[in-house]
Amino acid sequence: MSVLVYAEHDNVSLKIETNKLVHAALGVSSDIIVLVAGSGCVAIAEAAAKISGVSKVILADNAVYEHQLPENIADLVVEVAADYSHVFAAATTTGKNFMPRVAALLDVAQISDIIKVESEDTFVRPIYAGSAIATVQSADTKKIVTVRAASFDAAANEGSASVELLDTVKTSEKSSYISAELTVSARPELTAADVIISGGRGMQNGENFVLLNGIADKLGAAIGASRAAVDAGFVPNDMQVGQTGKIVAPQLYIAVGISGAIQHLAGMKDSKVIVAINKDEEAPIFSVADYGLVGDLFDVLPQLEAAL
Amino acid sequence: MKILVPVKRAVDYNVKVRVKPDNSGVDLNNVKMAINPFCEIAIEEAIRLKEKGVATEVVVVSIGDKACQEQIRTGLALGADRGIHIETNTGVVVDSLQVAKLLQKVVEAEKPDLVILGKQAIDSDNNQTGQMLAALTGMPQGTFASEVVVADGSVNVTREIDGGLQTVKLQLPAVVTTDLRLNEPRYASLPNIMKAKRKPIDVKPVADFGVDMTSKVTVIKVEAPAQRVGGVKVADVAELVQKLKNEAKVIA
Ligand SMILES: Cc1cc2nc3c(=O)[nH]c(=O)nc-3n(C[C@H](O)[C@H](O)[C@H](O)COP(=O)(O)OP(=O)(O)OC[C@H]3O[C@@H](n4cnc5c(N)ncnc54)[C@H](O)[C@@H]3O)c2cc1C
Ligand SMILES: Cc1cc2nc3c(=O)[nH]c(=O)nc-3n(C[C@H](O)[C@H](O)[C@H](O)COP(=O)(O)OP(=O)(O)OC[C@H]3O[C@@H](n4cnc5c(N)ncnc54)[C@H](O)[C@@H]3O)c2cc1C
Repeated sequence: MSVLVYAEHDNVSLKIETNKLVHAALGVSSDIIVLVAGSGCVAIAEAAAKISGVSKVILADNAVYEHQLPENIADLVVEVAADYSHVFAAATTTGKNFMPRVAALLDVAQISDIIKVESEDTFVRPIYAGSAIATVQSADTKKIVTVRAASFDAAANEGSASVELLDTVKTSEKSSYISAELTVSARPELTAADVIISGGRGMQNGENFVLLNGIADKLGAAIGASRAAVDAGFVPNDMQVGQTGKIVAPQLYIAVGISGAIQHLAGMKDSKVIVAINKDEEAPIFSVADYGLVGDLFDVLPQLEAAL
Repeated sequence: MKILVPVKRAVDYNVKVRVKPDNSGVDLNNVKMAINPFCEIAIEEAIRLKEKGVATEVVVVSIGDKACQEQIRTGLALGADRGIHIETNTGVVVDSLQVAKLLQKVVEAEKPDLVILGKQAIDSDNNQTGQMLAALTGMPQGTFASEVVVADGSVNVTREIDGGLQTVKLQLPAVVTTDLRLNEPRYASLPNIMKAKRKPIDVKPVADFGVDMTSKVTVIKVEAPAQRVGGVKVADVAELVQKLKNEAKVIA
């Protein structure tokens, strides 16, 4: 039994998801190999080698892997996976993109978005927007698994594994990268933040999101949003929290002007402490909130910023 | 250009499902079913490409028991030209890889230039089928699409990714999966619903496809999630801050 963990990174830094994947993988085996695929990623491989529990890092450093094109990455992972019984990747837009290809090319099922490892072949995963929790067993020879990072602790950085270079180059002329519009922010990323403050339709427009900035600054928080706020164009898509957006589980989640639809709750109800600020005392968000404040957000937010 | 749109019959997104007392699954008796919302977005995109003169034919396909013909009819009422129903016995659970293998056979027979699927079904939340189909057919893929532009034998797909947006160019034929912002699906008009009744649906038993339907995934149990209990209402901001500091200890 040995697990190939696919490192989550952006060619600049290794993401905390990787530490969480390693922690999840330790539930299967103590033989854990991390694959770093990207461009200019020597420092990332070195960072991955420090994760406690990792026995080896394989670095595939080539321009063809820079944009994580799934055609290239899947072919690479299929080749590397030959030596391992399990492949784990984060259920991020990168992992969700290439992992099902890996599964199909290996002719095995994929187990998506697991929140717990029961044993080497049995995993727990939410279905129906978290309204039900399924325990599933895979009889496939290789287990292809995507992991909900928010449900696992991060492995520490006290290891010292070796880094092995792999010069396999996989490309496809059928697909090419054109451009990216990436959100630049000095704030922590949603999936890594200890505190998140999210705005919904109640914010009324994009400009009003500045009301969240001062609070986020004081709390070192990331800023999130409901689907309604993204659909209305208040904020970009990468801020959406929920069943079909990002799944988060911070220490503190503050929902502002968000009603608490099941699809939103699916993305944040595992937060340690939930605060809801809403002018409607019947809003469903209050049924999951540890602390509810009924009031107009335009009054409450400036007061909150001042009180912190 | 021909577009194939696979659609899934799923629980309506407004329904809060309940787990069966024997933990064998969720109770779907008398529950409202609908077309998976992401598949609706996929149909809408295909129809718009047809209205723009880019596509000439839109074919919807669904795998499931007789009931999923309802969702095929919905697709036809929205403007698709014809349907294919791959019929399974009631109660049979088909996993994503099997769905992808069945769709692969449909692709081989129909030779579409574009296959548009939903990014995920809101029941199983798997988010796999499109990617698997792309791998099996050797087509390139553009997942989580918020914009699709077809030009000269290729398609540019703008994708919603965790860091923002990414645009890729794919050679046709290609697979696209839809995200929420791609479009806002229309409602079917009554005349179109009537017209859809006369559009053809080709029904084929799943056995005709020669795909191994024994799944390697076994569901051991399905449980209700741990219930989060609501807490207290605070009177004002001062009380909120005090509780977060001293009771919850989540802020300094
Ligand atoms: C396929 C599908 C996938 C989906 N995926 C997601 C997802 O991933 N994430 C997600 O969030 N949603 C998702 N949704 C949408 C979800 O069903 C809800 O529509 C959405 O979450 C509502 O957003 P909201 O709470 O901001 O808006 P609303 O439901 O309109 O709520 C606005 C709230 O603001 C309050 N409010 C208004 N003004 C003020 C004020 N001045 N002060 C205080 N409070 C105020 C109101 O009382 C209300 O409770 C999905 C839906 C579908 C069909
Ligand atoms: C409790 C439980 C747990 C399960 N766990 C797993 C598991 O871990 N792994 C697994 O592979 N399966 C699992 N299954 C089976 C799973 O629920 C689905 O039936 C199956 O995976 C079909 O794909 P999907 O809906 O997940 O596809 P997704 O990849 O989520 O759907 C994406 C798109 O694929 C297309 N599509 C999907 N299904 C059809 C269809 N029938 N006809 C036409 N188009 C379709 C649609 O365009 C859809 O928008 C489980 C089932 C149950 C009841």
